[in-house]
Amino acid sequence: MGEVIWTTIRLAGLTTFLLLLLATPLAWWLARRPAWWKEIVAALTTLPIILPPTVLGFYLLIAFAPSSPLMAPLHAVGIRTLAFTFEGLVIASMIYSLPFAAQPIRAAFEAMGAQPMEVAATLRASPIDAFFSVALPQARRGYLAAAILVFAHTVGEFGVVLMIGGAIPGRTEVISTRIFHLVEALDYGQAHRLSAGVALFAFVVLLTMLLVERRGGRAT
Amino acid sequence: MSGVEARFAGRLGDFVLDVDFELESGLITALSGPSGCGKTSLVRCLAGLTRLPGRLVVDGDVWQDERVFRPPHRRQVGVVFQDSGLLQHLSVRENLLFGARRSGGVSAEALMEVTDLLGLAPLIGRATSRLSGGERQRVALGRALLARPRLLLLDEPLSSLDAAAKAEIMPYLERTHRALAIPTLYVSHDAVEIDQLADRMIHMAAGRITPAPEPSAELAGLSASERDALALAALRAGLAPTEGRRGPRP
Repeated sequence: MGEVIWTTIRLAGLTTFLLLLLATPLAWWLARRPAWWKEIVAALTTLPIILPPTVLGFYLLIAFAPSSPLMAPLHAVGIRTLAFTFEGLVIASMIYSLPFAAQPIRAAFEAMGAQPMEVAATLRASPIDAFFSVALPQARRGYLAAAILVFAHTVGEFGVVLMIGGAIPGRTEVISTRIFHLVEALDYGQAHRLSAGVALFAFVVLLTMLLVERRGGRAT
Repeated sequence: MSGVEARFAGRLGDFVLDVDFELESGLITALSGPSGCGKTSLVRCLAGLTRLPGRLVVDGDVWQDERVFRPPHRRQVGVVFQDSGLLQHLSVRENLLFGARRSGGVSAEALMEVTDLLGLAPLIGRATSRLSGGERQRVALGRALLARPRLLLLDEPLSSLDAAAKAEIMPYLERTHRALAIPTLYVSHDAVEIDQLADRMIHMAAGRITPAPEPSAELAGLSASERDALALAALRAGLAPTEGRRGPRP
């Protein structure tokens, strides 16, 4: 049981960390670019919200297969497939949760407007300096919301992790897939304990987000 | 040469800006004109925030011409925006030091000199959200000065303030004017402010520099503030401006 919880926390933590890094340039570009066609990119990156996890899982499984052209360059370094590996699970989770990171961060950058960056520029801050000293601190609530959402969403995902990870004990089995197998085995006691823990976790996450929103609303 | 030579000509959307003027060191040049005539666009061009073809030379250094375009962070320009533009995630002290730290640092004496000049000492530990409108503009001016600008641009810094806040900040602006040795462009609609602060004036209309509109013969010989007072009294007495001739703003 402890191993499953640890794999879940490791997966959610790593996905959150990597996704915040990856979503930052994407959200910045989406927030600052005036072109209408950026919304095509926005729609593509938002697709995982409405796509059934099995559809996403199916295409990722094909992409991670040894015969996939995406995997071909990795054969040289001894990696034949990412399917049924923890690394593959992390990549799949990042794709699945991308909109939950990109959207709050983009909204925070948009709410900030162009003026703080212009002010910083007139105070000798280069664009990179201004990004780190002005844009990131001013978007911190967006980052907090993104981190909470991505972590919680990764803990709660089922379809993608089952298809990509295969629920291999000790490697890719996470809480949601363990609950599924416990129910299949009619072990309702264990299933209850894990399910109640996840439900409590979800409640705490939502409460935290609402309290952060409330605090932010008062501060502005 | 000392001072600023500026020339910009180009289209910004539906609007054409075509200006050529000079600013002298140590003097405040007021820039006035009707709303939408291009005053803020001109300030943005001078700061490098908007790029239009032209030439800008500050104290002999070319900031912009056909081959050179210094981005805003490489122009030693101080800008006070209409709504102050204080960085809300920083305290007053951090706002004051933001530009100074990026301009070769600031000595305790320089910080004290500016805080004394603008009466900022009681505000320095506060969050920017706890400042009044007049206080915000004083902090914005102090922040611009501490970044050691070679050109100071004040874009209608008092337009969003009520009469009491304007009265509070004017003495500070007058003191700053006396202490400054750099060229300053002061954008304003307000004849009283211009009268009190400016050494010379540029008038703009429809993106071009034009001669300031002359008062009618009946008002010749009166100062701008006297004309404003007269116009205000006329408005209070219920007299509306004549069609096609708009009176000064009350």
